[in-house]
Amino acid sequence: MSTKTETAAADRRLGEDLLVATDLQKHFPIRRGLLQRQVGAVQAVDGLTFSVKRGETLSLVGESGCGKTTTGRLLTRLIEPTGGKITLDGRDITHLSAGAMRPLRRDIQMIFQDPYGSLNPRHTVGAIIGAPFRLQKVKTEHGVKRAVQELLELVGLSPEHYNRYPHEFSGGQRQRIGIARTLALRPKVIVADEPVSALDVSIQAQVVNLMEDLQNEFDLTYVIIAHDLSVVRHVSDRVAVMYLGKIMELADRTSLYERPMHPYTVALLSAVPIPDTARRDNRERIRLSGDVPSPINPPSGCRFHTRCWKAQEVCKTTEPPLAELAPGHQAACHFPENTTKLTIDPTGSAA
Amino acid sequence: MTQQEDTLGGAATRPPADNGAFLQVRELRVHFPTDDGVVRSVDDLSFSVARGKTLGIVGESGSGKSVTSLSIMGLHKKGTAKITGEILLDGQNLVGMAPDRVRQLRGKRMAMIFQDPLSAMHPFYTVGSQIIEAYRIHNKVTKAVARKHAIDLLDRVGIPNPKSRVDDYPHQFSGGMRQRAMIAMALSCDPDLLIADEPTTALDVTVQAQILDLIRDLQAEFNSAVVIITHDLGVVAELADDIMVMYAGRAVEYSSAADIFNSPQHPYTWGLLGSMPRLDRERTERLQPIKGTPPSLINVPEGCPFNPRCAYAGTNGDLSFTVRPEFRDVGGGHHIACHLEAQDRQRIWETEIRPKL
Ligand SMILES: Nc1ncnc2c1ncn2[C@@H]1O[C@H](COP(=O)(O)OP(=O)(O)OP(=O)(O)O)[C@@H](O)[C@H]1O
Ligand SMILES: Nc1ncnc2c1ncn2[C@@H]1O[C@H](COP(=O)(O)OP(=O)(O)O)[C@@H](O)[C@H]1O
Ligand code: SF4
Ligand code: SF4
Ligand SMILES: [Mg+2]
Ligand SMILES: [Mg+2]
Repeated sequence: MSTKTETAAADRRLGEDLLVATDLQKHFPIRRGLLQRQVGAVQAVDGLTFSVKRGETLSLVGESGCGKTTTGRLLTRLIEPTGGKITLDGRDITHLSAGAMRPLRRDIQMIFQDPYGSLNPRHTVGAIIGAPFRLQKVKTEHGVKRAVQELLELVGLSPEHYNRYPHEFSGGQRQRIGIARTLALRPKVIVADEPVSALDVSIQAQVVNLMEDLQNEFDLTYVIIAHDLSVVRHVSDRVAVMYLGKIMELADRTSLYERPMHPYTVALLSAVPIPDTARRDNRERIRLSGDVPSPINPPSGCRFHTRCWKAQEVCKTTEPPLAELAPGHQAACHFPENTTKLTIDPTGSAA
Repeated sequence: MTQQEDTLGGAATRPPADNGAFLQVRELRVHFPTDDGVVRSVDDLSFSVARGKTLGIVGESGSGKSVTSLSIMGLHKKGTAKITGEILLDGQNLVGMAPDRVRQLRGKRMAMIFQDPLSAMHPFYTVGSQIIEAYRIHNKVTKAVARKHAIDLLDRVGIPNPKSRVDDYPHQFSGGMRQRAMIAMALSCDPDLLIADEPTTALDVTVQAQILDLIRDLQAEFNSAVVIITHDLGVVAELADDIMVMYAGRAVEYSSAADIFNSPQHPYTWGLLGSMPRLDRERTERLQPIKGTPPSLINVPEGCPFNPRCAYAGTNGDLSFTVRPEFRDVGGGHHIACHLEAQDRQRIWETEIRPKL
């Protein structure tokens, strides 16, 4: 239980920018031939600017290959940015060496996309969750084993699971093990890459609730990477919609879902299947044609123009900047939706 | 063995059967003997699909959905699966039929779309040659005619520039295009029955929407019977006329699609609906997960297989723990397998479940 003054201090700090990305870039070189000459680059992340406030959940959504995981790996400094800047709690971490980054690793942790691949099958659960303590040489009050067992209980597993191996657990339980490992060092920020997409719906809901409880208990800040727009609406305070390495729209949850401005966001929302048979016929659908183009050779101007139903000549030649079109609501489009009329229902329930 | 008697006991427990339907599955059981014991992947499953209709099968992973579809298509590896019951395709029983005859029916009268298109396509042959091959097995036509047909099909499923793309290899297609190509292949002989097993699970939402539209349009055109298998209730809501909810190798609920969403009657279906965040509703503060995890199909719990996870398992004394609930019609063809009394179900749905969805 925190005292009054502590709470007040925490409140003041809530809402400060904790993690800031400025014009963040990652281009993966493509090399060919004997000399491995660079012949091009995958523009996986191409100029992202956003901030994550202390205590909030910011989600990154978008279709496969749009650069979500790459962004997560940049933020946690698992890979080196090609350009731009990242600050964590006011400190520039953009190019910190692994050694210099080590003490900060405690503050920012990543949960990985694949709950199967990210746990070493030859290590016990105890060794997996205890590893961060050992690597970071953290002193624990009652020893590492006790600390690990407490973490197991915290994420809804049993302390008896200490000596078991990952393959003995279901997908949802493995994701809990991953979360326990992440929590070991009491991070400030957790970047969670598709934490529930590999799980069945009934188990998904368990893990979503667990993450919410942990956020409340430890004042965690989340960056959640996901492609399921329904899950994203449930968990996020703010949402960034990505397409081909860029942010197309960034807004608080309510504005984004109720008044999407970017045509891509509108199309994404209208493509989500709605579990209600009554909606089947009277729902207005926007169907995009084709697939996402290659990030090796992204379209000129607005990257979405090859699939956008509103595209004009200017869209092919001039890239629209990500601009604040309403308070706290940014979109990158020459002809945004919902800037004048205020009510549209992307799920098409309008009477 | 008492469990068996329970299931086969009452004559009034006849599953949803429609004697005229194009596909009728009756008391299907698919068991796999393994070193750890017998896996009861499908255990007494009955359903039917008429031409021009779509049945959606939903359930968590491991509930027996794919095993069911592979049984219909006769695609289980020889000797591994013990299949009993009846699978009637236009009146002919496929269970026990000679593999050669099943192979003839496959492609001509029934076809399947898989979750992973690469598993259905050969990497070393062009997309076109594979469609041509599939078509010529069942139709005596020249290569040129078959090629023209392949190009038409690719065009039909929305592949741009089909005349040149027909000579591409599968890896040259994007994920969405491969899925379309597989659909083209499945449709090459206008099958009367199309089974789509998680056809869009690996796809992005905008591409998923395109594929679902495609399946809907093609069905309207060919008047085929369609079975769509998925874990996504949204997907079945878009396509299905009827929905069967599976749990642990059995059907727990079966009704018209509208009833499943508007008045579901089984606690597991309630659980699925409560677990899902929904874009078409006000955002709820909290999801309502189902506790626990699905059972192993080697050790299915006694009584109702859902009892370890069910909040209402104690409502009828120890019935849920000892007696397997009959799969029965509770009115208007709406079937469930649950011991709860009608008035209890009604009360729980109206006071506890619906307000939280
Ligand atoms: N190490 C790498 N070398 C080359 N290209 C890469 C590398 N890692 C990622 N890419 C490419 O960068 C782009 C973005 O990839 P990323 O993994 O960030 O996508 P994502 O949004 O997480 O997609 P998904 O939803 O499929 O997980 C893709 O085109 C991908 O192929
Ligand atoms: N060849 C096999 N041998 C043993 N068990 C199998 C075999 N194929 C499937 N199973 C088991 O049958 C159950 C149902 O599988 P499946 O139908 O693939 O589930 P899903 O509903 O996810 O499609 C699972 O427990 C699976 O492990
Ligand atoms: S800038 Fe043009 S092409 Fe891009 S989203 Fe807006 S209208 Fe569409
Ligand atoms: S039979 Fe019992 S355990 Fe099974 S679903 Fe009904 S109430 Fe729950
Ligand atoms: Mg990813
Ligand atoms: Mg399956």
